[in-house]
Amino acid sequence: MRGEPGSVRSAGGSAISRRSLLRGAVAAGVGIGAASLTGCSVPVLNGLTASREEPGTVQFWNLFGGGDGVRMQQMLDGYRRSHPAVTLVATTLTWGNPYYTKLSLATVGDKPPDVAVAHLTRMRNLVAGGLLQELRPDDLDRFGLTRDKFNPQTWDAGLVDGKVYAIPIDTHPFVMFYNTEICQKAGLMDGDKIRPITSEAAFADAMRKAKAVTGGYGGVVAVINENATPWRIFQSLYAQLGGKMLADEGREVVVDDAKASQVLNLLQGLTKDGTFPRTADYQGSIATFANGQAGFLFQGEWEITTFQTAKMPFSMAPFPNVYGGSNYACQADSHTLVLPRRPGADPAQLDRSLGFIRSMLDQSKTWAEGGHVPSWLPFRDSDEYKQMTPQSYYAAAADAAVYDPDGWYSGSGSGFEIVTGAAIGSVLSGQSTPATALRQIRTKLGNLAATATPI
Amino acid sequence: MSTEAIPRARTDAPRRVAAGTRRVSDESRPALGFLAPFVLLYLLFVIGPALYGLLMSFFHTSLVKPGLNGFAGLSNYSEALRSADFWSSLWHTLWFTILTTPPLVVLALGFALLADRVGFGRWFFRFAFFAPYILPSAVVALIWIWLYTPGLGLLDTALGKVGLTAPNWLGSENFAMISLAITTVWWTLGFNFVLYLAGLQDIPRELYEAAAIDGATPWQQIRTITVPLLGRTTTLVAVLQVIASLKVFDQMYLITLGGPNFKTRSILQLVYDEGFTNFRTGYAAAISMLFFVVVLAVSAGWFMLVRRQEREV
Repeated sequence: MRGEPGSVRSAGGSAISRRSLLRGAVAAGVGIGAASLTGCSVPVLNGLTASREEPGTVQFWNLFGGGDGVRMQQMLDGYRRSHPAVTLVATTLTWGNPYYTKLSLATVGDKPPDVAVAHLTRMRNLVAGGLLQELRPDDLDRFGLTRDKFNPQTWDAGLVDGKVYAIPIDTHPFVMFYNTEICQKAGLMDGDKIRPITSEAAFADAMRKAKAVTGGYGGVVAVINENATPWRIFQSLYAQLGGKMLADEGREVVVDDAKASQVLNLLQGLTKDGTFPRTADYQGSIATFANGQAGFLFQGEWEITTFQTAKMPFSMAPFPNVYGGSNYACQADSHTLVLPRRPGADPAQLDRSLGFIRSMLDQSKTWAEGGHVPSWLPFRDSDEYKQMTPQSYYAAAADAAVYDPDGWYSGSGSGFEIVTGAAIGSVLSGQSTPATALRQIRTKLGNLAATATPI
Repeated sequence: MSTEAIPRARTDAPRRVAAGTRRVSDESRPALGFLAPFVLLYLLFVIGPALYGLLMSFFHTSLVKPGLNGFAGLSNYSEALRSADFWSSLWHTLWFTILTTPPLVVLALGFALLADRVGFGRWFFRFAFFAPYILPSAVVALIWIWLYTPGLGLLDTALGKVGLTAPNWLGSENFAMISLAITTVWWTLGFNFVLYLAGLQDIPRELYEAAAIDGATPWQQIRTITVPLLGRTTTLVAVLQVIASLKVFDQMYLITLGGPNFKTRSILQLVYDEGFTNFRTGYAAAISMLFFVVVLAVSAGWFMLVRRQEREV
């Protein structure tokens, strides 16, 4: 036995025992750890004591991915160029529940972002939960954010008890995409736009003619793995008939059986005879329209960039006025910018946040290129916007927008949308009759309506 | 001589006892020291929140309000037990467990037997069967959403080339759960496969040789030697599989969103929907406590079965 157990003899004769090697490694690790800790100690301390990162910061949360996300990044870079003294920290979270749960929890935990995006339908619930700051008129005046500069319908729809809590930046309605070549061959065009469809018979006729031209489908709408799209197409038609879903802030279910059945029968007929595919999911519906296998696509306007990139001959129009007559309506929601409630009033921070909002509105052109209808009138009424086609074709849809009904369980991506979208999707995919779907909607919405609000 | 031996024996025994007690208390202090960080984290992040969840289930706790909110007594529990959504989600979870557990046990054993016998390239088969298990659930979901896409997906076009019409993988209310089961079997087969492979190594070769000398066919050898001696591994695999299947969430949330029309919504996804989409964390806590009782009952029943089996053996 030479040397102590566990020692390593190198060629030079010096022995590094296992113990001294471990001691040295731990010492080095602690040293490195201490060095990095001092380097990042400021954020760590800030996180533990809830103090601000550094003066002159705007923290912004949004839920824009895909094409919207790209445009939002361009607008954020525009803000950074025009305000070099301010540090902008922008975070993008997944659309829907993952975004709103984090926003709510951050605000409840007193660590919210300075500015956040919120759908107009969800903003009302955030106000009811006491999570948003009221925007006072004198503060808004300083930055020129007055009612006369916004689409009055959108502005008024965002008021709660006459107070302003959100600044709308756009309305995104449910619209109709159509393949111009296919519609030309089907004889549905009127110049370079499609002839308006104003009755159920005209609608069915147009779809059949498009199907005859494509040899595949007349139109397509996303049905599988989708709750939002079935709800939106239903709501557009149902609201044209004047139907309402909820009343008394969501405590009462007032679904009109006759009107709802009429709409569900129309939707069922579309997929039953093969005019629309029964098994299209969201991406599949985009692909079917982009490949020219369908002449029409019914989806939100945000898909405009997809088809412009695919370089296919398409245009857009407001959702057909099948039932509305002079009371045109279509389903829509709006994106707004809100200021979450934070402890302690900081006037400088408020100014930075409002300045950021004003900068976003000034860049409405970039945002409108993504398909949204701007709420900022100085841009919407300008010639620049009128020359943007096909965006300007459906700008009028923003004035006829019907928002999701009030209710603690309602809004974009909410339980209300899941319940209705699931039932309507079931009718569209042919696995449920309108009567069964209506019964399911009534029962499930009734359960939600009878539950005490957790907000 | 004898007088020397006896005192030595007398002093040896007490010294041995004293050394024994000293050894126990000597070793327990550093052992507790090593365990302390883990125990602390376990209490903070597992036991503590579980107890808080139990507390929350008796209140109308909300996601957007701080604190426990109003006292609810047992109303969250009674609402859950009366709710059709709760019972249908529970049934969907049980149906998923029934669909996935037998294939994941039988197929894993079959593939392990084959991989054990292969002469060359054994490392490749072990890797190939285990590789899907290391994928995160989001990657698996993306892959299978594309495979299952109607019309454009690989499965649809492959079946079309052979002349078969593909089922409506994710859109059919009856078939969607089977599609999710197929995805899950592909994904998690590797884990059971590795357990079985390890268990197969433990069976001594002489038994097979003796049986072969006695004239047993390979199938008889599998039936009478391999399967009984793998009994313990099978029990382990089955228990782990049942509990993992009861806890399913990722596939439902990522692939079908619980649809079509809520037909694949598992109980944990109901907890998510009620707690996060509907902001009612107190009610969601009550549902998860009821689910905990279900899992306990299944585990207890299973252990009774195994205890009786082992006693018979």
